[in-house]
Amino acid sequence: MDFDFAAEQPKLVQLLIGIAAFLVVVAVILLLVDRAPMRRRAWTHATILLLPAIVLLAIGLVVPAVRTTLLSFMSGDGMRWVGLDNYAWMFTQPEALTVLRNTLIWVLLVPLLVTSVGLLYAVLVDRTRFESLAKSLVFLPMAISFVGAGIIWRFVYAYRADDQDQIGLLNQLVVALGGEPRQWLQDPPLNTLFLIAVMVWIQAGFATVVLSAAIKGIPAEIVEAARLDGASPTQMFFRVTLPSIRSAVIVVLVTQSIGTLKLFDIVRTMTGGQFDTSVIANEMYNQAFRYGETGKGAALAVFLFALVTPIVIYQIRQRREVR
Amino acid sequence: MTTLTQSVARPRATTAPQRVRRGLSGKVASAVAIVIAVLWTTPTFGLLLSSLRPEDQIKSTGWWTFFSDPQLTLENYQQVLFGTSSSSGQMASFLINSIVITIPSVLLPLALATFAAYALAWLPFRGREWIYIGIFALQIVPLQMALVPLLSFFSQGVDVFGVHILPAWDLEGPGRFVQVWFAHTCFALPLGIFLIHNFMSELPGELMEAARVDGATHGAILRKLVLPLVGPALATFGIFQFLWVWNDLLVALIFAGGTAETAPMTVRLAQMAGTKGNEWQRLTSGAFVSVVIPLAVFLSMQRYFVRGLLTGSVKG
Repeated sequence: MDFDFAAEQPKLVQLLIGIAAFLVVVAVILLLVDRAPMRRRAWTHATILLLPAIVLLAIGLVVPAVRTTLLSFMSGDGMRWVGLDNYAWMFTQPEALTVLRNTLIWVLLVPLLVTSVGLLYAVLVDRTRFESLAKSLVFLPMAISFVGAGIIWRFVYAYRADDQDQIGLLNQLVVALGGEPRQWLQDPPLNTLFLIAVMVWIQAGFATVVLSAAIKGIPAEIVEAARLDGASPTQMFFRVTLPSIRSAVIVVLVTQSIGTLKLFDIVRTMTGGQFDTSVIANEMYNQAFRYGETGKGAALAVFLFALVTPIVIYQIRQRREVR
Repeated sequence: MTTLTQSVARPRATTAPQRVRRGLSGKVASAVAIVIAVLWTTPTFGLLLSSLRPEDQIKSTGWWTFFSDPQLTLENYQQVLFGTSSSSGQMASFLINSIVITIPSVLLPLALATFAAYALAWLPFRGREWIYIGIFALQIVPLQMALVPLLSFFSQGVDVFGVHILPAWDLEGPGRFVQVWFAHTCFALPLGIFLIHNFMSELPGELMEAARVDGATHGAILRKLVLPLVGPALATFGIFQFLWVWNDLLVALIFAGGTAETAPMTVRLAQMAGTKGNEWQRLTSGAFVSVVIPLAVFLSMQRYFVRGLLTGSVKG
């Protein structure tokens, strides 16, 4: 084994420094809170406890968000103001429009598919003997990184020429059924759908768990009454189950839409955004960090912000209603 | 498989919700359930099996040929973890980076969010409602919006109207971990404070009041009373943050760089997928190495995670 452990030591030292810093921060805050006399008004204590978080939020989120908004009106090097040029680019150039189109496809399809697969599965395995095992199997991909999932699925989509043995499962199935092997990830617009399948694969378990809990919460009397009235299975599902778990369905739809809008890793690992598969978050990374077009990247980020905001506000309202 | 089919199809002692299911049930329904379960499990299983097959076999035949011609080896793992050539993967180095990145990036936001949540839930001061709403609202800001300015904050410091207020950090080598910890901590706080605050504000107020009458300080109340009680919330957020940091690609790409010195495994895997897309023996074993730790954590902590997930989402 020629692995060099000595070379790794500086990292471990750094880790120790990090943990020590953590302990110091915690100790200092607790010490300050203990020292501040209880008689004083609460805000001394509040300041000590809140200040670190608020400073970090200001540096890490508030100021950057404002600066990004400003950057989006500036040229790539951040030296001069260009007004709405970056936004004009986003809504007129064909390559940018492809990105917007793809994002639209993602955000329409993913929440819908995740929710329907999750709901279907949750209903099907509900109260069966293998329920917890069945749910775990589908929930597992949640723990896998998008990058790891990307590789797993690249392997499923792998392509070998017609005369060779296939190593990708999907092409093997196609060949076994008498078809021609295909480069799944290289033909737009279908390739976007194959990427979307990966996202659905990762997220469906989340939907299953949340919706399954909601289904278990439906009062037994309602179900009983519907049965006595002679409701058919389909009626039962659409008139009893679905309305009863409405708020859980909305939660899943909303969280999935937000997550999908910000999606970056799958596209980057599987196609790198080539073959017309790029989405806003990936293009933002490319523009800002690879091509040095900070202005365009910032404009994409601001647009993302504009898309996410109404969904989050809707979610907050929903929460209020539930309470 | 057959036993699963039977048990799904067989009518058993029924409770009301079960009838909802049975409405859709029957042979078709259980077949669909099994198809979904198989679809969801097969890709990962294929990856695991592939990663254990000899290189020439991975590249020439599908992993399912294993069942007719079983050959297993640990060679791929040996290579991808400990190989020293730049093409081998050097996963062991990146694995250590992932660990070094993750531990402080989970501990720091956990502690800071707990402090902030305590102040927002139990200290009566003016304007706390507004601060809470402000922090909650910050969840709207997509990570992508914060990246460019935060990076320049590290590399150039802070200028206000041409006056240099804060110097650049100029972090090199392992020092760059600090940037990553910092970024992850900032980004985790809104959700963390929100989750822990929700949980904390439901604790009985008389408890705190009694402790204060007995002369306990806020520090003591936090340590001895609150911490043990909010354990489940901390566990949920901790697991969530762990999975998020461990699996993150975007923050790491930008703040950790791409070398074996500081980049985590996700970055390395993405590189390998990009440049060596056909080196399946390294990709599969590398991917599996990166997946094993979060899977283990996830499986052992699944119960807490699901519970937290449900209090956070369904009940509102």
